[in-house]
Amino acid sequence: MASTTRRKRQPAVSPFQWFTLLIIAAFVIVPFYTTALGGFKEIGELRVNAFGLPASWDPIRFVEILVGPSYFRSLGNSLLIAVGTVVLSTLLASMTAFAFAHIKFFGSKFLMSYLMLGLLFPSATAILPLFIKMRDLGLLDSHLGIIIVQVAFSISFSVLLFHNFFKELPKELIDAARMDNCGYIRIYWYVTLPLCLPIIATVGVFNFVGSWNNFLLPLIALNSDAKYTWPLGIMQFQGEFGSDWPRILAFLTLSILPAVLFFLAAQRYIISGLTGGAVKG
Amino acid sequence: MASLATSAKGIVPTVRRRRYMDRKSLIPLLVFLPPSLILFTVFVVLPMVDAATFSFFDWNGYGPITDFVGFENYADVLTHRNFGTAVRNSLIVVAVSLLIQLPLAMWAALALSERGVSINVLRTIFFVPFMLAEVAAGLIWKFVYDGNYGLLPIVGDALQVDMPFVLADKFWVIPAIMLVITWKYFGFHMMIFIAGLQSIPGEVVEAARLDGVKKWQIVRHIKLPMVRSAIVISVFFAITGALQLFDIIIPLTNGGPSHTSHTIVTFLYQFGILRMKLGFGGAVSVILFIACVVVALAYRRILFRVEQN
Repeated sequence: MASTTRRKRQPAVSPFQWFTLLIIAAFVIVPFYTTALGGFKEIGELRVNAFGLPASWDPIRFVEILVGPSYFRSLGNSLLIAVGTVVLSTLLASMTAFAFAHIKFFGSKFLMSYLMLGLLFPSATAILPLFIKMRDLGLLDSHLGIIIVQVAFSISFSVLLFHNFFKELPKELIDAARMDNCGYIRIYWYVTLPLCLPIIATVGVFNFVGSWNNFLLPLIALNSDAKYTWPLGIMQFQGEFGSDWPRILAFLTLSILPAVLFFLAAQRYIISGLTGGAVKG
Repeated sequence: MASLATSAKGIVPTVRRRRYMDRKSLIPLLVFLPPSLILFTVFVVLPMVDAATFSFFDWNGYGPITDFVGFENYADVLTHRNFGTAVRNSLIVVAVSLLIQLPLAMWAALALSERGVSINVLRTIFFVPFMLAEVAAGLIWKFVYDGNYGLLPIVGDALQVDMPFVLADKFWVIPAIMLVITWKYFGFHMMIFIAGLQSIPGEVVEAARLDGVKKWQIVRHIKLPMVRSAIVISVFFAITGALQLFDIIIPLTNGGPSHTSHTIVTFLYQFGILRMKLGFGGAVSVILFIACVVVALAYRRILFRVEQN
């Protein structure tokens, strides 16, 4: 009991800290808050009534965007690309990590180090030659091209996460399956994959977020409006409406709302991806 | 080949076992490895090699590459009057991250590493900006900073100061961007620190507390040393993040005013990609690549030292 009373005398967070934390929290929230309400306000109202509730809750701008051509199309494109990236990268990375973790072969260390080179530099580094490569392979202005390149760039980190996880699986399990004359491909599919749902979720969510938010690659690779992802769509919308802020804020709100809700639900996996992968990096 | 023999267990003679393994594992290896390795080679490694090749030629992206120019592209990059600004800005981002963002994140992490509902709420609030797309974050802050309709002039009115149009002001644009970066990323670093702090065994801290060690001393002599690897990781992410900063700058300033807010990657985009100057862009890529490798090697060395301790 002594320790608990002592703890009570020395609370983890002092009132001063609480106060500062709340100020920082307000600083973090205010931009979101004014963005969400700004879509309901007239442009003049933004200046005179920035923080208060809007004079009317007329959803006209939101409705216009929702029935407009670009909103759902660009979100749909982003969703398609993100799902494609997640499925493909999960499959390829888990297979590769399985081979590195469970099959002993000559050169396995070397090939693993080779793949880990990808952790060294960001995709932005060689974006210009990448553009040329995509052009030569006919992958420009196609969703498939974006998916393939995103998978290629996510492979290193995804393999690392899967590999760290596979190494922790009990070896006896694989050995037992092998004694039963079960081939590696079937072990991978029937034994390992069902056991690694948590890491699939982590890798999947992580790559989903990366793909959903990706801007530079679609920016250089896509040129027809119909194929734009939402970050490109929102930049285009902003360019079109200049400083008609209520309209832009409404578009922003609608664009980030689904993502923010999803991310809040999946937060746990994002964090475990960051910390789990990083610690071993 | 020694590794093959190690898995042979007693009963099966080693030689037979080896042959068995080879045949058995060849097909899975051919299924599991090539897709990743090919994609990685074609879209990650080869473009980097291409960048190095292009950097020695004058090429506009079409036709054969013949115009060898030696190190001219590198000279062009290094003497470009906006390249220095871009490098300086990227270094400022690193400095602000290390001196302001990480300490703030650590302070918040120390306060929020325990359990509790209100603590969880605060943590999530701080983390939301990180999950937001950079483009969206940039646009939100473009609004906040807008000199006519944004929040900044209102704050100015309240304080009775005339606020400049910060994003169009050569001096204020950098601090303004730094504020956005801190807003966006400090929650991410906080989360890494919290994960580190939570892995410290409770008894260690409790024992010190019972011995009457002051809170600040516990932080200084127990907690901070024990989360050293988390700090190393955060520093690494802060530096590589600064080196590739792009998405957030484009909606905010697009590198302006008068090219004063470029980072290395927006510089690459503006002067290499948009103008299809592949040699020039290749040289920037190589310089950026070298910077990344140097950081990564230094990081490995530091991390290795941490693990040895």
